[in-house]
Amino acid sequence: MSEKPVKLACRNLWKLFGDGAARFVARHGAGADAAAIQAAGLIGAVRNVNIDVRQDEIFVIMGLSGSGKSTLVRCLSRLIEPTSGQILFDGRDLLRASTREMIEIRRHKMGMVFQHFALLPHLNVLQNVAFPLEVQGVPRDKREARAREIIELVGLGGRESYFPRELSGGQQQRVGIARSLAVEPDIWFLDEPFSALDPLIRREMQDEFLRLQNMLHKTIVFITHDFDEAIRLADRIAIMKDGEMVQVATPEELVLNPATDYVAEFTRDVSRAKVLTAGTVMGPVLRESETAGTVPQRARVAQIAHQVEAADKPFAVVDAEGRIVGSIDRRRVVNVLIGRDAGA
Amino acid sequence: MTIAGRRLTPWAAFWLAAAIASFFLAAHGASMTAAIDAGWAMQYPAAWRWPLNAQISAAMKWLVEEVHFHFFTFTEMTRGLAWLLKQPYDFIRSLLVGGFVRGLGRDAVQLLPSLSWLAVVFIVAAMGYYARSWRLALLVAGCFLYLAVFGKWNSAMVTLSSILIAVPLGVVGGLLLGIAGYRWRTFDRVLTPALDLMQTVPIFAYLVPILFLFGFGPVSALIATVIYAMPPMVRVTTLALRAVPSEIRDFAVMVGCSRRQMTWKVLVPAATPSLMVGVNQVIMLSLNMVIIASMIGAGGLGFEVLSSLRRLDIGAGLEAGIAIVVLAIALDRLSQAFAQRSGYRHSESSNYLTRHPWLVTTALVVLGTGLAGLFVPALQDYPASATVTTAPFWSDLVRSINIAFFDQFEAAKVFMLVNILMPVKRFMLALPWPWLVLLATIAGWQLGGWRLATLCLGLSVFIAVNGLWELAMVTIYLCGISVAIAAMIGIPLGILATENAHAQRIVGAVIDTLQTLPSFVYLIPVVMLFRVGDFAAMIAVILYALAPAVRYTAHGIRNIDPQLIEAGIVSGCTRRQLLWRIKMPLAMPEIMLGINQTIMLALSMLVITALVGTRDLGQEVYIALTKADVGRGLVAGAAIAFIAIIADRLISAGAARTRQRLGLA
Repeated sequence: MSEKPVKLACRNLWKLFGDGAARFVARHGAGADAAAIQAAGLIGAVRNVNIDVRQDEIFVIMGLSGSGKSTLVRCLSRLIEPTSGQILFDGRDLLRASTREMIEIRRHKMGMVFQHFALLPHLNVLQNVAFPLEVQGVPRDKREARAREIIELVGLGGRESYFPRELSGGQQQRVGIARSLAVEPDIWFLDEPFSALDPLIRREMQDEFLRLQNMLHKTIVFITHDFDEAIRLADRIAIMKDGEMVQVATPEELVLNPATDYVAEFTRDVSRAKVLTAGTVMGPVLRESETAGTVPQRARVAQIAHQVEAADKPFAVVDAEGRIVGSIDRRRVVNVLIGRDAGA
Repeated sequence: MTIAGRRLTPWAAFWLAAAIASFFLAAHGASMTAAIDAGWAMQYPAAWRWPLNAQISAAMKWLVEEVHFHFFTFTEMTRGLAWLLKQPYDFIRSLLVGGFVRGLGRDAVQLLPSLSWLAVVFIVAAMGYYARSWRLALLVAGCFLYLAVFGKWNSAMVTLSSILIAVPLGVVGGLLLGIAGYRWRTFDRVLTPALDLMQTVPIFAYLVPILFLFGFGPVSALIATVIYAMPPMVRVTTLALRAVPSEIRDFAVMVGCSRRQMTWKVLVPAATPSLMVGVNQVIMLSLNMVIIASMIGAGGLGFEVLSSLRRLDIGAGLEAGIAIVVLAIALDRLSQAFAQRSGYRHSESSNYLTRHPWLVTTALVVLGTGLAGLFVPALQDYPASATVTTAPFWSDLVRSINIAFFDQFEAAKVFMLVNILMPVKRFMLALPWPWLVLLATIAGWQLGGWRLATLCLGLSVFIAVNGLWELAMVTIYLCGISVAIAAMIGIPLGILATENAHAQRIVGAVIDTLQTLPSFVYLIPVVMLFRVGDFAAMIAVILYALAPAVRYTAHGIRNIDPQLIEAGIVSGCTRRQLLWRIKMPLAMPEIMLGINQTIMLALSMLVITALVGTRDLGQEVYIALTKADVGRGLVAGAAIAFIAIIADRLISAGAARTRQRLGLA
């Protein structure tokens, strides 16, 4: 994972709302604390954030409302002009791009899905999905062919001529997803895409999202306020609080080593079996005759629990290349399931 | 401010004292000022007058006679503009009535007949069906048939042709201005007060300059109509664009829309349902202008009403007035149906004929009746022998009502005049003007701080220095009494409308109808029953201005959080307590806005009641119109606008404060 190149990064990114924000950052630099910002009559929505989003990963930014996560993703896409800092997209600073260059980048390299879908009410499904191509001036038959293809992909085939208000919330967001994928973006922003949906539909859409990502391998910045959703989807999670980045780590690291009490508060009630992998809880390498089979190192404990528990012998744990790196037995699985400290 | 207690707050104490002082001043002001030799406080001295009206008239004269842009004069420019507007108007008019002719007078040769009455009826019916349903088609076809059967066809088509030009101009102009106001904040800051003035200066006041610039005729009438009907479209556009969800705007940026694509492909289409509300407003206001516009040469139904009113031919006036109402109802329902339809239906037919069955059928009917009309004249023009007139019926009816109920009407009129109208009028005129200026300024300061205080001071002083104080007091007295009565009728009606569904339907229907009627139409029955004078004017103003009081009250009560009402019920409120302790206080900001709208409508109607002989600022404007005195009309018009602006700002500020206090903001 970590060997993949960085696709999108930001350096010392600030966004303060209020008069004289730029002067304030220039004077205080990275050292400005919350009290100083408040004293200046400003609101610190994004404070000195540094992140690296690697190619093909799902990078989830998680935070409660008011944490600045939505402002951050709007800064990354330059929907909101940051107060200071750098946004590096393929190594190039987006903040230096002209309006015309930004239009080009957005037309061809970025896609975005919105919380409340943001479908155009006067266009039907087909026209909505084809809209980004229409804006670029792609001829009608070509853009509609591409739109049909992508509508099929998100499972809405046959509904091309429906208008948004004739669709359910889940279907509307499928249209939103299809539309954002129509231009085959390099980077895909999803701003709380499933927050407005019912819990059951939300789960279905998360599965759908993972299915699409397995086919498409996009670089994804995904915003959510739901920690379970973050755990379920993320390769890495960035936790934000009051405009600052608290911790950036894989779900497993977050659960095992929360950086602050704030993060620990989130991880406390998380089902560890769904987060911890076989590689983390495994024991020493055993001889092949002592094992019942193999499980992948990156498999989550919950996925293999039944299998391991049902067998008499331990399982060998193998890495991506198939080499045996350890073993896992009933006891270790049960330890995770009941939350007992492994001890060894 | 204490809410719970009955203790007098400092401001309440102040206003109580001010009221007492006012009564004292009204009684003894004249003798007091005479004693200290301050007669200027009772009557603004003529020597101090600012000759603004003469200055404006001179400026207008200079503009029309002197101004020269190298190649052409100012007048040539405006007349050129008028010619430009005349072309599409002539085309539509020929299409609807008269046909296309070459040559003039006796030598005229008809090249092509106009659309036959059958074709027009069919076209509007098809539009009704396309926009909604068979029922709407029948309604609008019925309305147009009415025009034919009652012999109003030609006049109605003349009126319709100016509407058909004025509405697109108003809509497109309003849309563009609204978009500009949305895009550039500074432009919006200039635009908003300009729109305020356009909507509050009475239309009579700018008929004169329009006459000067564009001459007498349908084109001047068109321009006046557009000026009158456009402001709501501008406001609706700006509001509708601002109301587009921010996510949709973000989306448009993210797919790389240029500014033009953003406006025309995203914002305007997404805002279409709200924009259609503006279109409907433009149509209704254009129809409202029909009669006034006929004063500067619009012709058509408006002219029929106006000339019958002048002849006091009640029957003919009423008949033409009803024809305007019928036309208004048809166009109103049709445009509302189009607004709600908004085209969101899916059909995937590729063939032009099958995709547009109505267009094709309509074209066939138009051609068919046109050809048939060449041989059978009755198909082209509705036969005059088959028309019906109800004018004598109405005249007789009014005559018999007046004979049968003369004493009762007269008694009511005299009672109101003696006991209410005259005392209030005397009271208003007896107050020294500096005292009222002071009170207005203090009210402004209390409700909106020093900015509002400055505004109230400046505008009221403007009225005084232009020597219009007494006329303004008459306007305020008539407006005040009418609004008070309208509120006394309207607020209970609004409450009634929220009590049960049945009442709601009836009140709603009555209010809808009242709002569809052009303001002039109210004059007809009033003149019939009460003849001329302040009392007749008051009745007309009350009828015209009633609707917002009802509507806002009902809306305010309906919008109260149902949990609050449930909370009242579970704490054991009786119905009366529920109304007075919960519903009324919470609906108060909304009711205040309704009263505000009532005042605005009352002021605009007061100008029109000048025709029935009031002696207020409206009369001043009307006299200026008949004498073609630009300055006099504009200054008096501005005085009316300023009264409206002071009332509007004070009430809006009060409503905003109340809302804030109730935590509804």
